[in-house]
Amino acid sequence: MGIELLVAAVKALIAIGMLLNLAGILGWVERKGSALIQDRIGANRAAILGFAGAGLVNTLLADPIKFVTKEDVIPRGVDRLLHTLAPCVNLLPVIVAFAAVPFGDRLRIGERAINLQAVELNVGVLFILAMTSMGVYGVVLGGWASNNRLSLLGGIRGSAQMISYELAMGLSIVAVVMTFGSLDLQEIVRAQGHNIAGWLPGWGIFYQPVAFALLLIAGIAESKRAPFDLPEGESEIVAGYFTEYSGIKYLMFFMTDFAEIALVSALLTTFFFGGWQVPYLTSQGFAFPWGTTVELPHLLVVLLQVGSYMVKVFVFCWFQVLVRWTMPRLRYDQLMWFGWKVLLPVGIANLLVTAAVFLLLQG
Amino acid sequence: MEQALSVLVTFVLAAGLVGVMVNLGRLLGPRRETPAKGDAFECGNPASGPAWGRFSVKFYMTAILFIIFDVEVVFMYPWGVLYRRLGWFGFIEMMVFLAILAIGLLYVWRKGALEWD
Repeated sequence: MGIELLVAAVKALIAIGMLLNLAGILGWVERKGSALIQDRIGANRAAILGFAGAGLVNTLLADPIKFVTKEDVIPRGVDRLLHTLAPCVNLLPVIVAFAAVPFGDRLRIGERAINLQAVELNVGVLFILAMTSMGVYGVVLGGWASNNRLSLLGGIRGSAQMISYELAMGLSIVAVVMTFGSLDLQEIVRAQGHNIAGWLPGWGIFYQPVAFALLLIAGIAESKRAPFDLPEGESEIVAGYFTEYSGIKYLMFFMTDFAEIALVSALLTTFFFGGWQVPYLTSQGFAFPWGTTVELPHLLVVLLQVGSYMVKVFVFCWFQVLVRWTMPRLRYDQLMWFGWKVLLPVGIANLLVTAAVFLLLQG
Repeated sequence: MEQALSVLVTFVLAAGLVGVMVNLGRLLGPRRETPAKGDAFECGNPASGPAWGRFSVKFYMTAILFIIFDVEVVFMYPWGVLYRRLGWFGFIEMMVFLAILAIGLLYVWRKGALEWD
């Protein structure tokens, strides 16, 4: 029991650390990415002893220190309890949901096989959906508790948007669940380990391309990023539901934003790009389709798999940064129209086609 | 048991982290309250009074529609897991269910509940 608890705690810490570091790095990547796209230098002020070259490390250190040592203003007339609770309710579900995504296969140490997944649930898909739904509460509470008209607007905009796109997200994931016949995320990743026709990796994208597009769009909308960033539309309602926040609580809202990017990327990777799978890598080593085999030690295989998961997640994070800095913001009626009249019918149609094709293939 | 343990451990650690974080600002940050700072932020204008009032009924409508459709999506999860084993029976059952869902969506659409203006 003791060692079990220790293993669970270490795995949870690895997953949480991975997410928080990714969120911190993304804060820098987003600034540098926007600078790249707008043809300026960007994010070069934080420096240690005049050396700004290691901008990433400096920004990672300087940002949190600065946020923590700033005054945490609680304006008059706010609901003090809910005002403090909102950033916690916003951040906690994202962390826990990310921990449910497997970041590697089993790691064997002696006779102990450790499943590299912090929250080991056989209904992981439902767990993640439940947690992402909880995210709405943080937005609504933040908007309502602030007692500020702009915050309230941001809060109700955010809640209506998130629940509208959650439908499309749910429908796209049902199609994935049908394809792999499991709600266990680790099972879903393992099912993508085969090769189609001997050479094409059996990743979900080749079975469910429409579901991939749906989850990508709905995921960006769920994390309230451009072109769906109306809840925090800076040019209209200051910062939306976190207008009245400062200091560390503001940082927590900010981190939730980046953590949600990472979560969406992790889900896309797991459902559609084989999670920790490396093409042609089996538990013994590489077995290429042209017949070459390369034996690899167990630890190296595990490291390659974890690395592959991280690279894939990071590629999708970068893609979302690119989207944010290239797309203009939608209008609110367009946003609702798109969610209810395009994504929802497409999701239902995708489900129908998937069901029919499986039945025909089964004969 | 092991599954519940991993969920519990992760929740406790994450909640601890979030709890420490939210209180860190109070410990390390300064505290200098001024009347202007305590005002609701409305781009520099004096605050126009409390915000806890009425808001557009459209948001309420969206929430109701969400609950209806989301519950239907939830029903599809167990069906999706077992789909391969259910065969034609499962297919036809779900077609009936999806038809009802689609008719509901069409009705809401025609009624104009999805129009925003």
